[in-house]
Amino acid sequence: MSTAPLLEVEHVTMRFGGLFAVNDLSFTARAKSITAVIGPNGAGKTTLFNCITGFYKPQVGRMTLNHADGPVLLERLDDYDIAAQAKVARTFQNIRLFARMSVLENLIVAQHHTLMRASAFSLAGLLGLARYSKAEKLAVDKARHWLDRVGLLDLADEDAGSLPYGSQRRLEIARAMCTDPVLLCLDEPAAGLNPKESLELNTLLTGIRDEMGIGLLLIEHDMSVVMGISDWVVVLDYGSKIAEGTPAEIRDDPAVIRAYLGEPDEAEA
Amino acid sequence: MAGAALKAALKDGILGAVVAAALALPMLGFRLVDSASALTLATRFDWVAWAAAIVGLGRFALCLLRQSVPADRVPMMPDLGARFPKARLMVGWALAGFALVLPFLPFADRSLVDKATMVLIYVMLGWGLNIVVGLAGLLDLGFVAFYAVGAYSYALLATKLDLSFWLCLPMAGLFAASFGILLGFPVLRLRGDYLAIVTLGFGEIIRVILQNWVDFTNGPNGISGIPRPTLFGLQFTANAPEGKTTFADYFGLDFSGEHRVIFLYFVILALALLTNLFTLRIRRLPIGRAWEALREDEIACRSLGLNPTMIKLSAFATGAMFAGFAGSFFATRQGFISPESFTFIESAVILAIVVLGGMGSQIGVVLAALLLVGLPEWFRELQQYRMLAFGGTMVLIMLWKPSGLLSHRAPTIRLGKGAPS
Repeated sequence: MSTAPLLEVEHVTMRFGGLFAVNDLSFTARAKSITAVIGPNGAGKTTLFNCITGFYKPQVGRMTLNHADGPVLLERLDDYDIAAQAKVARTFQNIRLFARMSVLENLIVAQHHTLMRASAFSLAGLLGLARYSKAEKLAVDKARHWLDRVGLLDLADEDAGSLPYGSQRRLEIARAMCTDPVLLCLDEPAAGLNPKESLELNTLLTGIRDEMGIGLLLIEHDMSVVMGISDWVVVLDYGSKIAEGTPAEIRDDPAVIRAYLGEPDEAEA
Repeated sequence: MAGAALKAALKDGILGAVVAAALALPMLGFRLVDSASALTLATRFDWVAWAAAIVGLGRFALCLLRQSVPADRVPMMPDLGARFPKARLMVGWALAGFALVLPFLPFADRSLVDKATMVLIYVMLGWGLNIVVGLAGLLDLGFVAFYAVGAYSYALLATKLDLSFWLCLPMAGLFAASFGILLGFPVLRLRGDYLAIVTLGFGEIIRVILQNWVDFTNGPNGISGIPRPTLFGLQFTANAPEGKTTFADYFGLDFSGEHRVIFLYFVILALALLTNLFTLRIRRLPIGRAWEALREDEIACRSLGLNPTMIKLSAFATGAMFAGFAGSFFATRQGFISPESFTFIESAVILAIVVLGGMGSQIGVVLAALLLVGLPEWFRELQQYRMLAFGGTMVLIMLWKPSGLLSHRAPTIRLGKGAPS
């Protein structure tokens, strides 16, 4: 890991009233690696994600995304610009697909900006010019590639809402990848998956890391996923970072064990 | 087994009879008799008894009938749209073809073509609102405002500046679209019920302005003498003014008032088909898919880099533009407009057309417009029972097709050969 950090989070604080959901948090995430954020329920993991992807605006702190052509300050962008310009894609804890649109349409919507430019803001599309149909063909090819990767090629024309839960999770990842992100944020991608599906997810995520060379940021409860694929783990408790390191280091960290299992009782000790 | 079924049916029937009697008692049981001396209250409890008996027996029979049918043979309304995807296209072409030849059919008299014109105005408005409600999922209760803007744009431009219909038509569309954006800005953050209330208010504001700005809009008296459209300068009048030719003279026909009615019919048919073509096309374009995505999940849209502001504004503006076209056609057809024509009930009817047709369905809108605008016209022969028949039809449709007449949605793009579909 010799590359410069892709994402630098510095002193980010997000308050809701008197509650510090994220408190003076700093960490970095690198390209071509998987950074996992773990912690007990209510530790502020999802809030952190919402700050990075612009759904919340943190009161304090700076979040820098280092693109090839210069740094981008995420806290200054609107949520849709973070996706469109800074190229940060995300998935959601409770899956958010376009349920009554087909699987393929979900992936085409993700390529909105490319297609919008190609259709000259719908004018070329309305007139049926070749330049739009060419762009649409490319978009379908990219969608087909990702559908193949997540094993949903046969279900491309089904309604997204009619897919089983595990497939919906994979589709959401495919949809996020269709936006050509440099950083992919996954909010509990393994939640509700059975062991076999969770194993497939591991292969998919490490595949994305190795082939696309992008950074992955991952919130996860499933320790088999976290310990199996992450390159770096950040542990949160009550909004603060209590530990950070490689999976092996985290496994034996006394602070982490205390946060998850609680303080041993005086009487027992 | 049979005894239990009979008992249940009996119970159901008696319950139905009691409810019917309770409902019928105030409505049928008493009537005011206007005799020479005074107004007296008469009773007709026999009517109540008949109503209760009919409902009770009907309920009893229905209940028995339902139990005697095995579960696997319970008839269901088939989803025809899903089963015959091609049929929808064919029905569309058949309807369009029928609409084209309608004025020349032997049974088409002046009143029928007039009614058809009225239905087509609502079809066009329905298609316009379908973009906002059906595709983008933004509940708009004030759609009639844009219709009014279109109508007044044409009426004022034509009467004050003496511009022709064909020049004013795009301008009216543009005016209405800019009002759509004007409405769009304050409601960007609202969804669902709140959005509905604000749009409802917007519709009323436009009407109240039209009613009170007497210097400009002539207030409640309305604008009369709105010029009729011409066909490439040919007038549809008995005698042409100085330097103009009439349609009848040019083609060597005898003058007939029907020419204009048929001409207007074709104008609105062309406008409506244009709206339909536009919608069918734009659904397959990124902006159309973005509208549908916004309807499904706004937060997911944001996470994919779609700017909800632009999507909402474009939906409002596009829908409003078509309402503006329809409005200026309405003005030129009537020759007279006043704020009376643009009340809330119009918005409600247009919205009902979209919802009844099945949100987002183009042919559904046509069927619903036929039902909602056409049926009451034909039900006129039923006189006082007209609204009863109308209401009954609505109840039946909502029972059988609760999500609208045609609610099946076909994907706008398919993967084709790569996968068996």
